Amino acid sequence: MPKDIDAKESGIGAATKRREDIRFLTGTGNYTDDINVNGQAYVHFLRSDVAHGRITSLDTSAAAAMPGVLRVFTGADFEGIGGLPCGWQVTDRFGEVMQEPAHPVLAQGKVRHVGDPIAAVVAESAELARDAAEAIELEIDELPAVIDMKAALQDGAPKVHDDLTSNLCYDWGFVEENKEAVAKAFDAAAHVTTLELVNNRLVANPMEPRVAVGDFNRATGESTLYTTSQNPHVIRLLMGAFVLGIPEHKLRVVAPDVGGGFGSKIFHYAEEAFCTFAAKALNRAVKWTSSRSEAFMSDAHGRDHVTKIELALDADNNFTALRTETYANMGAYLSTFAPSVPTWLHGTLMAGNYKTPLIYVNVKAVFTNTVPVDAYRGAGRPEATFQLERVIDKAARELDVDPIALRRQNFVTEFPYATPVAVEYDTGDYVATMDKLEEIADVAGFAARRAESEKSGKLRGLGVNCYIEACGIAPSNLVGQLGARAGLYESATVRVNATGGIVVMTGSHSHGQGHETSFPQVISEMIGIPEDMVEIEHGDTNNAPMGMGTYGSRSLAVGGSAMVRATEKIINKAKKIAAHLMEAADADIELKDGKFSVAGTDKSVAWGDVTLAAYVPHNYPLEEIEPGLEETAFYDPANFTYPAGAYACEVEVDPDTGKVTIERFAAADDFGNVVNPMIVDGQVHGGLGQGIGQALLEGCVYDEDGQLLSASFMDYAMPRADDVPFYQVDHSCQTPCTHNPLGVKGCGEAGAIGSPPAVVNAVVDALRSAGKNVTHIDMPLTPARVWAAMQG
Amino acid sequence: MTKVSMTVNGRPMSGEVEGRTLLVSFLRDQQGLTGTHVGCDTSQCGACVVHVDGKAVKSCTMLALEAEGAEVATIEGQAAPDGTLNAIQAAFQEHHGLQCGFCTPGMVMSAAALLKENPKPSEGEIRHYLEGNLCRCTGYHNIVKAIMAASGQDVTSIAAE
Amino acid sequence: MYEFEFARPETVADALQALGEEDAQALGGGQTLIPTLKQRLAMPTTLVSLGGIAEIKGVCQTDDGKLAIGGGTTHADVAAGASAYPALAALAGQIGDPAVRNRGTIGGSLANNDPAACYPAAALASGATIVTNAREIAADDYFQGMFTTALEEGEIITEVRFPVPEAANYQKFLQPASRFAMVGVFVAKFADGVRVAVTGASEEGVFRWTEAEAALSANFSADAITGLSVAEDGMIGDIHGTKAYRAHLVGVMTKRAVTAAG
Repeated sequence: MPKDIDAKESGIGAATKRREDIRFLTGTGNYTDDINVNGQAYVHFLRSDVAHGRITSLDTSAAAAMPGVLRVFTGADFEGIGGLPCGWQVTDRFGEVMQEPAHPVLAQGKVRHVGDPIAAVVAESAELARDAAEAIELEIDELPAVIDMKAALQDGAPKVHDDLTSNLCYDWGFVEENKEAVAKAFDAAAHVTTLELVNNRLVANPMEPRVAVGDFNRATGESTLYTTSQNPHVIRLLMGAFVLGIPEHKLRVVAPDVGGGFGSKIFHYAEEAFCTFAAKALNRAVKWTSSRSEAFMSDAHGRDHVTKIELALDADNNFTALRTETYANMGAYLSTFAPSVPTWLHGTLMAGNYKTPLIYVNVKAVFTNTVPVDAYRGAGRPEATFQLERVIDKAARELDVDPIALRRQNFVTEFPYATPVAVEYDTGDYVATMDKLEEIADVAGFAARRAESEKSGKLRGLGVNCYIEACGIAPSNLVGQLGARAGLYESATVRVNATGGIVVMTGSHSHGQGHETSFPQVISEMIGIPEDMVEIEHGDTNNAPMGMGTYGSRSLAVGGSAMVRATEKIINKAKKIAAHLMEAADADIELKDGKFSVAGTDKSVAWGDVTLAAYVPHNYPLEEIEPGLEETAFYDPANFTYPAGAYACEVEVDPDTGKVTIERFAAADDFGNVVNPMIVDGQVHGGLGQGIGQALLEGCVYDEDGQLLSASFMDYAMPRADDVPFYQVDHSCQTPCTHNPLGVKGCGEAGAIGSPPAVVNAVVDALRSAGKNVTHIDMPLTPARVWAAMQG
Repeated sequence: MTKVSMTVNGRPMSGEVEGRTLLVSFLRDQQGLTGTHVGCDTSQCGACVVHVDGKAVKSCTMLALEAEGAEVATIEGQAAPDGTLNAIQAAFQEHHGLQCGFCTPGMVMSAAALLKENPKPSEGEIRHYLEGNLCRCTGYHNIVKAIMAASGQDVTSIAAE
Repeated sequence: MYEFEFARPETVADALQALGEEDAQALGGGQTLIPTLKQRLAMPTTLVSLGGIAEIKGVCQTDDGKLAIGGGTTHADVAAGASAYPALAALAGQIGDPAVRNRGTIGGSLANNDPAACYPAAALASGATIVTNAREIAADDYFQGMFTTALEEGEIITEVRFPVPEAANYQKFLQPASRFAMVGVFVAKFADGVRVAVTGASEEGVFRWTEAEAALSANFSADAITGLSVAEDGMIGDIHGTKAYRAHLVGVMTKRAVTAAG
């Protein structure tokens, strides 16, 4: 809001303009597709055009003889080489581990979704590679495909993986021990509201399609992969250790400027492994640039849950129990973090902002002949929020109570609060964010606005909801117990140069979040030097210490905390040097505005004097401390962070066509402390755009044979500038996180989590205002669907 | 292969291309002007927008040979020779009109074409004009605001300042 | 794209000669053809660009009061130059997006006859004449179903002549993803009657809604449409809308066009 922007000129809380913008605005960014290695060749993947089938014949000899072709690879070239690993193992409600199929780089005998890579042609140009791919002689014995999740679980359904017992990946219950108590609470309820809904399948569609360039240096034996990744170290570990057997010191992964990710660039993909492998095999760099059409059938998709949710209330409208049953689509293979999304990132958030005492969540994860599904902005938390906030809205309608009042009545108000789904909210103030929302959304003025809309023949609706998310992912020891095959700490090396400038090498990765600007603000604040004395380096495993990357709104909360810890070490050491220079005791040294002074005296030395002394240690306590000024810290969070907020959407519905227009959208968020309010606003705006996209426009649709019907921007509706309004966003309600040094919570996903239920609640409200007995419409709320709902 | 020549950002450029070489490929792969991006293959996203003879076009939907003899302007030519950003670029930075930066070159080039046609566009006119430019990061809020600001309009009252 | 030869003739005569080669194909603005080529759905040996032919560009009025538009005229130039026929100018200004309108041409659009394109509705509702290098074709004879027209191989649209109606309007309901017309209705009121052409809706491509034409010729008001409907059978049904929805939209958009035409 106006009050905090420009409130400070630099440091924490300042709306510092982004330094990275200069290169992006002048066309001098360095994205992966801008990287060309001398002598590089190009790969084109031959992909399955059927959803399920057995490869009966694959003859590449004609293709290999085509002009410019270096080699044609098939699954046979990858026999004995690892498949793509899954990074999370879920244990089901019977104590058994999930079914985990092999995920080959190139198909081994069977294809399991449209787009499954079968062969790879490497040639002197991309067009020659594509020309040759058409000469591959391929025969596939097509098998019946399973697309619908419930059908996939029927006895006798075709199996996606012949070696698994069924298409069920796992049947997860949470908290299993509560199941009976929840059932009893439902038996005793004064009112039960039930809702069946779909959380629509989405495609992340960052504007930059994925690209991979593999390179190999025969002299050093080092492989290099340039890739569009949110977490290059994770790719190095997964690909090196589990797929190709390359140790970390012989494998460099570089994720340069990355054009958006939204989750879809977390995962390790076959194309990355292929380019790295083929570069070594051919002793030539190998480049792959995805087309958008290819992205639709090879990037992991998001969401795709089918849920039944039930809410029990007592006679006073207090929530007494919640029960859900969800079918979660895994697609044909387990993408890197797929199993965690419908379980630990979803079930643990089912309490929402409410003190519901008893909750039971059941999730059945299902294999189908579709593209793998994994985390997409919000990942599990949007699905949880959507169900919960829709069922509460429906309950309010059934009970004829104000939906905002029903929420307020059931808010968690005392913190810390241990939910019945295993997490502890450290802090929050849901009343404050709802108050703020009612103010900025002008809820009081809605009735008048509705009357105006009705005069012009439009139906107007108001939808309100809350959300909570778990960010700052995550405490390693906790996620280890939950099945993560990774730690989720973050790292930073702070290198102070002799003349005082600083380079921070962070394991976090910026692909739009503005770390190059916001991270220096933190160091500037801590040391009291100008922000432009600090540079951020990220994205190159040869520079940054092992880090887990950027997703789950974790960069500042976890990566920023690591940077703070490393900077604290720097300051401690610098104080010792300063003490020596001023012949004072360490404990008496104070650092302020870039100057070290001795408490109670006028003695001081400048930051630059100390840093110079560290590297020119002529007058230096060499017997006590080493020269140099460079420190590394790894930060492992004690808990998740819990951003929360309240959102309001106002829509107009054209009753003749069913077209929905977003007239107003307001978001009141509590992100704890804020480092750069301009960037935070931008993150919320972007999340809202994607959430509104999910609610109104976006839907990834397969037909019953497994053909992708929404296979390009011609059929997958991306939000455009005229689909959305100016947003009213506010983050002035701030309850700082209690367990990280900056008191920050994370803001990247909030908009995408909080907005879909607001939109749907608003449309249902609008239709009800016209006397339509509509209780729910599945997303996306296209004009056709809204119109159809109005006819029923 | 056929020789193609054009003027790009005021400098003559030429190269040997195939019939099927797209203008964007000529710019990116042959001339090293990688500021122009490719975000789709159906002419929807607008990351590739450049100006040809003063008009915004999608360089991924135009053959290089169709630009023979043309005056082409790309994102690389928008700032002053000393690096000073033009009004649109400066407004995008000032109002945080970009995040990952991938759609940005196309957005800036489309905005430039808009302001040439319509020096003081309304919010609605801007949103409509950007129909062919997709952004996945910003939710468009700050892009629209930046273009309004670049056209000299007061944007202080816009929500979420 | 498959490799092809590229030709850029400067006269219609040279273009016709180039198109006489086997598997030669004309390239208008390329806004549909180039994406199609990228998908390798077409395989011309020679692509003959019509973009260099000055004689088929421009907008002017004919002596008998018609609006004549060169086949190579871009949508942007029609939007700016067809002020004598405001409904047509407005339609041109809504096609695709600004960058597409700077390249795409009226001749290219009509030759392609995409079932969701806008220009076919204008041409059919206006009773336009499609002029080629060889002949003149009445719009009623020209459109022959989805992606099918009366054009012979190698025939070039050099001009489109639009009679200017007393009142006209085009209403387009967008398919949310492609932003082509999910349903587009062009209503044109002439002294001797009303013509209504519908694009986007039918599996047969653009069509005239004769029932509405009769009703509107008797009474040019939105009320005249009330109670009329097109048959669902033959409408397009897809992930964006059912047949029933499209049939419904035809009625809604027709009413709106009549109201807007005034």
